[in-house]
Amino acid sequence: MTTSTPRSWWKTGIGLVLTGLMLFPVYWMINVSFTRDQDMRASPPHLFPTNGTLDGYRAVLDQQLPYLGTSFLVGLGTVVLTVALAAPAGYALAKLRPPGGPALSFVLLIAQMIPGIIMAMGFYAIYLNLGVLNTLPGLILADTTLAVPFGVLIFTAFMSGIPDELIQAAVVDGAGRLRTFWSVVLPVSRNSIVTVSLFAFLWSWSDFIFASTLAGGGDHQPITLGIYHYIGNNNQQWNAIMATAVVASIPAAVLLILAQRYVSMGVTAGAVKD
Amino acid sequence: MTIYLIAFYAYPLYRNVELSLREYTVRSFVQGGAPFAGLDNYRTVLSDPAFGPTLAHTLIFTGASLAFQFSIGMALALFFHQHFPLSRTLRALILVPWLLPLIVSASTWSWLLNSDSGLVNAALGVVGIDPVNWLTSPGWSLTSVIIANIWIGIPFNLVVLYSGLQGIPVEMYEASALDGASSWQRFWRITFPLLRPVSTITLLLGLIYTLKVFDIVWIMTRGGPTGSSATLATWSYRLGFGNMLPEFGPGAAIGNLLIVMALIAGLVYIRIERRQHLR
Repeated sequence: MTTSTPRSWWKTGIGLVLTGLMLFPVYWMINVSFTRDQDMRASPPHLFPTNGTLDGYRAVLDQQLPYLGTSFLVGLGTVVLTVALAAPAGYALAKLRPPGGPALSFVLLIAQMIPGIIMAMGFYAIYLNLGVLNTLPGLILADTTLAVPFGVLIFTAFMSGIPDELIQAAVVDGAGRLRTFWSVVLPVSRNSIVTVSLFAFLWSWSDFIFASTLAGGGDHQPITLGIYHYIGNNNQQWNAIMATAVVASIPAAVLLILAQRYVSMGVTAGAVKD
Repeated sequence: MTIYLIAFYAYPLYRNVELSLREYTVRSFVQGGAPFAGLDNYRTVLSDPAFGPTLAHTLIFTGASLAFQFSIGMALALFFHQHFPLSRTLRALILVPWLLPLIVSASTWSWLLNSDSGLVNAALGVVGIDPVNWLTSPGWSLTSVIIANIWIGIPFNLVVLYSGLQGIPVEMYEASALDGASSWQRFWRITFPLLRPVSTITLLLGLIYTLKVFDIVWIMTRGGPTGSSATLATWSYRLGFGNMLPEFGPGAAIGNLLIVMALIAGLVYIRIERRQHLR
């Protein structure tokens, strides 16, 4: 079925063209990030960075490192907290069948539909009174709301597939509920942990609305705000702006390469839920 | 888990409803004691001359985005469903636009659509079309943000529809091929009807996500010029955080209108999901 007849290579050609068209803006971002200031307004624009420059990247290293660091911290914090909250919840929903379980899954579905701006305003009002506005923990907590409902649903779906015999065997061996969860359920759920962590990290890394409303006035700002201020303050140095954009996209690119199958798993599982 | 839900979803939501029912100023926001205003904020918003156009933009933005994302995503899914070398790799690569931080895509599109030195105008110039002020003219700003949003949404549609296509048994196609059906007939008679459940869900989820879109519009045009690309989400943000003097009340009121729209779509989604499960 998959033998490479000349006909199927012809299709590969079309596939390459289509992919190229879709990815052209990404290429253009990379191209502009290497373009010299004086070539930026060339007409017609240079399709390749013929007289390439690293000025843009030098500017990133000079100015954007703290933002990148903040984003990493927030991303890692979000991942840890999301998995810590969602994995036990998913396990409980899948195996312990608590009263009100279906209702809770329903609420989780709804929770994913709340527009970000509404959550942002609510959080802003609460954080102002609590005094956690412009702090890293505050931003991490807010960012977990992006991934926790998704995480619980993924974990529930996955953990329902774990055979009951496996859990009973652990109980027979004298493991308590917590120990069963920790040393039996979690290890077999590795795939779903990877999927959830991946999305939790990506979402918190790309989050703009919580960052700008809840951390916009603080010392620790994530990279999305870094780029945003950059566009606002100097809309001339597009090579630096695009270089920052390229650097900010690296986590997405790396994760996509490392975890291809988890990505498409997450997209489909997130859309068509059981 | 329930506690988490209450603390991190219900409470912010409650505060938001409360915000929309009171008359907040910067001072009363910090110190408390904002007077109860009933539905005044809603009245303010609904009678604002910007309300009609903004609602229209939201609907156009959502409708146009969905139509193009879905049809292009479907075409790509059908194409990549065929067997050919590199098909898997290329399909994975197409996911990139969806995974990029929105601020990255939005700023890239800003530069592509730049009036003076953007590539799009340069390309139009080659075929003899005058440059368009994509982001700075009221007539084009909405189109520009829609183009960017379509680009970002295609991969999602592709992946979900592709997984739907994989669920269609190959025998169906083999049988129809024996009967001498053309590929066009096969699409309309087999693929499309069998894909309907997946399509419905893709479109509904797309609807819910598109109603929420904020980053792209805000970063590319800030809803401007003069509100020509403002949607409910950006308007709400502008009122709450975009000015020196925040108007949280009306901002929250718009947000709540938005959530009602999303909830209606959400309930339809859940109904359809349920019905499909029963079958």
